[in-house]
Amino acid sequence: MATNTQIPVADRRVPVIAPGHTFSTITEKISNIVLTRPISLGWILGFLIVFGMLNMLAGVLGYLFLKGVGIWGINIPVGWGFAIINFVWWIGIGHAGTLISAILALLRQTWRNSINRFAEAMTLFAVACAGTFPLAHMGRPWLAYWMFPYPNTMRYWPNFRSPLVWDVFAVSTYFTISLVFWFVGLIPDFATMRDRAESVWVQRIYGLLAMGWRGSARHWHRYETAYLLLAGLATPLVLSVHTVVSFDFAVGIVPGWHTTIFPPYFVAGAIYSGFAMVLCLAIPIRAIYGLQDFITIRHIENAAKVMLATGLIVAYGYAMEAFMGWYSGNQFDSFLLWNRLHGPYRFWYAALLACNIFIPQVLWLKKFRVSTGWLWLISFIVLVGMWLERFIIIVVSLSRDFLTSSWGMYYPTKWDWMTFLGTIGLFLTGMWLFVRILPMISIFEMRTLLPESQVHESAEVEQ
Amino acid sequence: MSDFSRNGSISDVQIYGLMAEFDSAQELVAAAHKTHEAGYQKIDAYSPFPIEGLAEAIGFHKNRVPLVVLLGGLVGGISAYALQYWVAVITYPTNIGGRPYHSWPSFIIVTFELTILFGGLSSAIGMIALNGLPMPYHPVFNVPEFAKASENKFFLVVESSDPKYDAGGTRSFLSGLAPRMIAEVPS
Repeated sequence: MATNTQIPVADRRVPVIAPGHTFSTITEKISNIVLTRPISLGWILGFLIVFGMLNMLAGVLGYLFLKGVGIWGINIPVGWGFAIINFVWWIGIGHAGTLISAILALLRQTWRNSINRFAEAMTLFAVACAGTFPLAHMGRPWLAYWMFPYPNTMRYWPNFRSPLVWDVFAVSTYFTISLVFWFVGLIPDFATMRDRAESVWVQRIYGLLAMGWRGSARHWHRYETAYLLLAGLATPLVLSVHTVVSFDFAVGIVPGWHTTIFPPYFVAGAIYSGFAMVLCLAIPIRAIYGLQDFITIRHIENAAKVMLATGLIVAYGYAMEAFMGWYSGNQFDSFLLWNRLHGPYRFWYAALLACNIFIPQVLWLKKFRVSTGWLWLISFIVLVGMWLERFIIIVVSLSRDFLTSSWGMYYPTKWDWMTFLGTIGLFLTGMWLFVRILPMISIFEMRTLLPESQVHESAEVEQ
Repeated sequence: MSDFSRNGSISDVQIYGLMAEFDSAQELVAAAHKTHEAGYQKIDAYSPFPIEGLAEAIGFHKNRVPLVVLLGGLVGGISAYALQYWVAVITYPTNIGGRPYHSWPSFIIVTFELTILFGGLSSAIGMIALNGLPMPYHPVFNVPEFAKASENKFFLVVESSDPKYDAGGTRSFLSGLAPRMIAEVPS
């Protein structure tokens, strides 16, 4: 590197916002994607595809409710199948959004300002996809409200000692708080959109959402307090959600589930897959909408580093599972290890190790962290790997538990696959609409990245 | 032109206050400080992003959002634990694996989640309510230049209800702060 030794190390890094921007250019660039940019043919074609997938989900769920869960591949040793695999996968993906918006806000990582908005949107759509599966898996989804404690004529109450009840509270709280956090973050930007909209109706809609926000200093003061407190509340929340999801497994006595490493390892895996999804979305969006000035290579590289770090925690989790399989001396635990390596699902397990552990190690090299093409591919592989992880945890453990007489193989049916693809359609339809309806980067937080936004007490410029 | 009183020469138009526009956050904070020091109390500053020290500059210190969140969180946590205790011990006791009816470790998770839920909702709702939103109409929007308050301009408003307000004096005071422009805000 041809260095100028005068420049301090910190300043040699790629900035979080490209030089030359002003408050106006930031505002214009982000809001014009929604307000003035014409809808392209590519957007319409893409939308037709993802909306088609969403409609497939509606059709598949309709057929499911008509026929029952027997159309799926689940059976009696493997009662959880795709529904829970996909539930855990989707909810894990959501975690990166809250991590970026809450934890990185508390840590004052300014690079989050340009990716938090769409990562939060991603969280909401991912949790919506996740929520679909337990509902569909219930068999009688129209009775879903029975999960909540409410006075009823059956004089019946939920069992609060059950992890499945904890999950209801964790996931519904998570969705609500993510939605509130997202909306609060949007209020000042709705005001910007209102003030810039050309057409009366667009102005009215954003105006309604902005609720009369006018940027008063008193309002900003309360706003910042509320935002900080929300971040402080969302931080333990996001760590708790996947912990509670892991309790669904860890509280059970099934071999491979009943371990104390599950909560941290699930949380790390969630963030791992979440950042992979952030990169899978950010890389194309950044290129299509020309946002390289705001989502710089520094953001991309930071996200890759988070992926590498959380991937290593996941690797540690796998290593500990294998170690405990041997060290515990428990025959069922050591059989589980043998069964993963040599049993009928061994190829899936090998694919899991390749996708989650071996291939992502190339992220140690800067070349792969700063090449968007490679990074997109690696992120996609990680997403596949994290899906396989949930498949292995659920299917391998359930298909061969304690009694050989109750063993049974699990094969997903075409309905399983179509439901899974359908939720990808739901997720992408949400993202497709989001980028055209709402400012996908937080405009006011980007403004605060400019040096002009900082006020220095000592330097009184007034005469 | 500058010489009129509140129910004086400009016949029907009620004046909400005087608005001064600034180019930078630095200028706005300095101007807000000076205005507050000059004894004006009913003032407000408007900016396209939060500015550190601006609320203090206009003399705003009373922020009740943390209290609202604390109360919300306490209500959530206490009611969640009370509900679980009542269900599991009083109204619907069930023997699950021989565990005690009051198996408190199992009740922690729902208690925690509802603390967060109520705390988070009170944070958002409390902030919006204390800010007096939704407020569809506010006089400052009557000034056309104010549309830039959500983009790149900074505004200081002295309300006409301020005891120290007088149309001519306040205007000349504001001119002394070297704003880009001064406008009357019709109410």
